[in-house]
Amino acid sequence: MLNAEHTQGAHVGAPRSRVDGRLKVTGAARYAAEFPADSLLHGVIVSSAVTRGKIKRIHTGDAKAQPGVVEVFTHENRPSTAWFDYKYRDETAPPGSPFRPLYDDEIQFSGQAIALVVAETFEAARAAAMLVRVEYTPADHATNLDLQLDEAYVPPKKRNGIKPPPKPRGDAEAAFAAAPVKLQNEYRVAIEHHNPMEPHATTVVWKGGGKLTIHDKTQGSQNSQSYVTNVFGLSADDVEVISPFVGGAFGSGLRPQHQLFLAVMAALQLERSVRVELTRDQTFTLGYRPCTIQQVSLAANRDGKLQSVMHNATAGTSRFEDYQEVVVNWSGLLYDSPNASFDYRLAKLDTYTPSDMRAPGATLGVFALEAAMDELSCELGMDPIELRLRNYADRDENDDKAFTSKELRACYRQGAERFGWSRRSSKPRSMREGRELIGMGMASGVWEAMMQKTAARATLTADGKLEIACATADIGTGTYTILAQIAADALGLPLERVSVKLGDSSLPKSPVEGGSWTAASAGSAVQAACDSVKQALLTAARGLEGSPLANVDLDRIVLRDGRAEVAAHSSAGLAIEDIMRGAGKQKLEAEESAAPSKTAMLTHVGYTHSAVFAEVRVDEELGVVRVTRIVNAVAAGKIINPKTARSQILGGVVMGIGMALEEETLVDHHLGRFMNHNLAEYHVPVNADIHDIDVLFVEEHDEMVSPIGVKGLGEIGIVGTAAAIANAIHHATGKRMRDLPITIDKIIGA
Amino acid sequence: MNRFSYVRAASAAEAVRELADPAARIIAGGTNLLDLMKYAVEKPTRLVDITHLPLATIEDAPGGGVRIGALVTNAALAYDDRIARDYPLLSSALLAGASPQLRNAATTGGNLLQRTRCYYFYDPATPCNKREPGSGCSAIGGLNRIHAILGASENCIATHPSDMCVALAALEAVIHVEGPDGARAIPMADFHRLPGDSPEIDTTLRQGELITSVELPPPAFGQNHTYLKLRDRLSYAFALVSVAVGLNIEGGTIKKARMALGGVAHKPWRKPEAEQALEGQAPTLENFGRAAELLLQGARGHGHNDFKIELARRAIGRALSQAAEARPQSQTDKRIR
Ligand SMILES: Cc1cc2nc3c(=O)[nH]c(=O)nc-3n(C[C@H](O)[C@H](O)[C@H](O)COP(=O)(O)OP(=O)(O)OC[C@H]3O[C@@H](n4cnc5c(N)ncnc54)[C@H](O)[C@@H]3O)c2cc1C
Ligand code: SF4
Repeated sequence: MLNAEHTQGAHVGAPRSRVDGRLKVTGAARYAAEFPADSLLHGVIVSSAVTRGKIKRIHTGDAKAQPGVVEVFTHENRPSTAWFDYKYRDETAPPGSPFRPLYDDEIQFSGQAIALVVAETFEAARAAAMLVRVEYTPADHATNLDLQLDEAYVPPKKRNGIKPPPKPRGDAEAAFAAAPVKLQNEYRVAIEHHNPMEPHATTVVWKGGGKLTIHDKTQGSQNSQSYVTNVFGLSADDVEVISPFVGGAFGSGLRPQHQLFLAVMAALQLERSVRVELTRDQTFTLGYRPCTIQQVSLAANRDGKLQSVMHNATAGTSRFEDYQEVVVNWSGLLYDSPNASFDYRLAKLDTYTPSDMRAPGATLGVFALEAAMDELSCELGMDPIELRLRNYADRDENDDKAFTSKELRACYRQGAERFGWSRRSSKPRSMREGRELIGMGMASGVWEAMMQKTAARATLTADGKLEIACATADIGTGTYTILAQIAADALGLPLERVSVKLGDSSLPKSPVEGGSWTAASAGSAVQAACDSVKQALLTAARGLEGSPLANVDLDRIVLRDGRAEVAAHSSAGLAIEDIMRGAGKQKLEAEESAAPSKTAMLTHVGYTHSAVFAEVRVDEELGVVRVTRIVNAVAAGKIINPKTARSQILGGVVMGIGMALEEETLVDHHLGRFMNHNLAEYHVPVNADIHDIDVLFVEEHDEMVSPIGVKGLGEIGIVGTAAAIANAIHHATGKRMRDLPITIDKIIGA
Repeated sequence: MNRFSYVRAASAAEAVRELADPAARIIAGGTNLLDLMKYAVEKPTRLVDITHLPLATIEDAPGGGVRIGALVTNAALAYDDRIARDYPLLSSALLAGASPQLRNAATTGGNLLQRTRCYYFYDPATPCNKREPGSGCSAIGGLNRIHAILGASENCIATHPSDMCVALAALEAVIHVEGPDGARAIPMADFHRLPGDSPEIDTTLRQGELITSVELPPPAFGQNHTYLKLRDRLSYAFALVSVAVGLNIEGGTIKKARMALGGVAHKPWRKPEAEQALEGQAPTLENFGRAAELLLQGARGHGHNDFKIELARRAIGRALSQAAEARPQSQTDKRIR
């Protein structure tokens, strides 16, 4: 057995630039809508103008008569597809009946796809789509969560992989009533849409004989593949889904989206290659972070020790699915309170089903909790970090398990020092420069460190090059790069000699890329596959005639610079090419999978932690907030690549700034329609909004959380950021902002 | 299908002739028109490309002013040495708008005629009187956070979104146009109109008229100016409220004052009474407050945009202070002065 020490080589832990960077900046990296196909048809979606009701009549004659138009698909002429709901349910689907495009005459949400116009050119399809006339029988709709709170319910069926709220502990109500210091507040977060740079698209290449190659924007090539085979009754051998590059997704690529269904449907029916691309506006008809209303009650003794924590949340979901995420559990996890209760409800709205969006649930729940903790620290007159330390949870009280590791204390300490927290005056409104009030705030962040069973293949060829393959996706997170680093170190190769293939359903099995589990899962699988190849290589090396390694113990042999050498003296060794040639091997190949340790998980849980510090400058009179500094101190186990890791945190922080100050999908409740469905009016941060962001990784050694000691980083960066900013705004102005985003009107309070 | 033909006008006269067809549209930078065409809000049958006309120069105007060709881009205008020196208010307003890429393409004429950013106007699935007269105004009783507090009607509460135009209003520019009946000049104050009963009409431009240039009177304000823009992020967002101010201060007395508001009405909002109230007075906070009251007289919110009334009041005060102190708002450093 080769131990984990071997991964500590030249590349793991070193800041490496993205191995796919050149492909991306030169445009050589192809995205779903960029793959060419012979005699490609183009499909344009017609979206519903009403929110709820029925299609009385749909007139497609004018569209069909347009030159170049091949077919107009509607519920009236669509080919038949699978009958049962479960066939439409993908790996990440919540309980319910998944949306079926063009299924019948029923309209379930505004913007619903109700027709697909397919033509020889994109322009012809687009023009014809405008000629599809629809008569509706509208019905009443409900999109306002506030008006549906009375109808809220505890979801009867739990969503797979989503922990329900923890059981109550002690008597939270009684302890709240009895405690000397307490508060109870409501927190709100608006609907947000993912808005990745690349809009959703699918290119289906018709290969003849019913075989399809599908280029889909997805976080799970195999998830899309099994959706297609299930829905259209195809065999897995006939459907390959390829998605080597994804222009951001943030969770919007987890579920197979309706353009995939429509493109495949049209390709099968017309026996031609078909591409369907959503417009930016149409991406607002996909999932979103649900509007969520939360109540947090905290009660403490005068010394700051928490006595009671109550966290209730109600979120919107669609009529047809019970989307769930982990919102309230964090309040039972981050701090130690003898009495705690939790409640998580859903309310049905006439919208599409919400979906996972970067750190789903935690962004919301931790915002409310950490804003409430800041309020409590003010009530107590206690430093916010001190309050958190007094209630530090050394054990996961929700599941009654130990943490595999938890360096949150170090995050507080190192983050505070880097930020200059000691320069913060304790009183709100006490720091200013010129007209601007200065505020400093902090918050904790937490995200589950998950691992999922994943397989990977390593192939070493006679020329001493190594190919790594795994079906998982790199959605811009740096997965190609870290897998190359792990593999290069495992076999002692320069990075240039390692190539990585991802995002292809024919590659070794992987779940969707999400939950921040990919580095730990795919990384461990790659490590295991490379270790097997290494074993085979060294065995071959020792067996060669006159081998200088013949009688050397396996663990005294190291692989470095493309050679197998005796650890102590590098002159005695063999080049990999020579070993392969000598052994007569064209290649050495191994496929291995890695999975979380079932025994460890009986007693332990893994979480990533962070401490986020924010400095804001507020022109109070005009309501203008500038986030001038962020320090995010993260404990996430082993950091494979500080450069790509930092980028993940930067991206998370930027998105957190957006969540705090700007992002909001505006709903016209009369129309039941999202109205700012473009990037001019849906505001994400721009360069001017972003100042200094300082990321530091706290040492955290964890041999239990995953075989390679990695926890994952894709999501932790956003968690806590909005709370730190809201808390800083309070410190600056004395005003509590419990309703995100914190826009000018809220600051001036007019 | 919205088929359209395209012609590249060889002369202003030809462009005017082409415009005789009411379904023809001029295309300049295309940064607004093309978006509107993609949304099927504008459905021209003919595009008249004027970008090859000789209208991209900045020249002396008789009487000491300057004449800006309709095709001068927003970027070229903002960074023109003479404009930056003599009309820094205009430079500043331009640089407060859009993004560098858009400013490189957007033209002076197109900016004057850009259309509202009301969400409903851009979404043909919704009622909107401006897009489809008689269909109703979704913003009244709907989402109206970005809408007008002044000069609106029961038919439309849209705002004009331009930054440049707010500065042009304060600078008392004159718009030169050429039409079937010859050339005429329209003072900026009369160029945009209020929605009234016909919100589909944004300006007083007549059918078939082409904007050829914008004339600025001789510089009048020195360094006592500012363009203060408040928006939902620190750059690349339309104004919730903006204020353009030019003051002429001599010996502690305001000799001349010009102020215009953006983001609050169907046109850049000026009120001569508010300006007169400052003239002959000292630049004090109290006087600024009175001017703000006058400028905002009759302001009315529609729910989501109620905050704009207070925001505008405060912004006017700040902008007047900035101008009086000759500390104009920087458009690169986002800290409000
Ligand atoms: C995302 C985004 C953000 C923006 N942000 C801002 C902002 O913050 N502030 C701001 O002020 N603006 C902003 N803009 C708007 C931008 O300034 C305008 O789109 C631009 O000024 C229009 O100029 P153009 O030359 O591209 O006009 P075009 O799109 O070519 O034309 C616009 C209209 O003017 C007509 N027209 C053009 N030239 C003439 C002429 N000479 N005579 C008669 N008619 C003519 C056209 O027929 C058309 O109706 C933004 C735009 C976008 C897309
Ligand atoms: S405000 Fe004007 S532009 Fe907006 S919906 Fe009403 S009529 Fe249309």
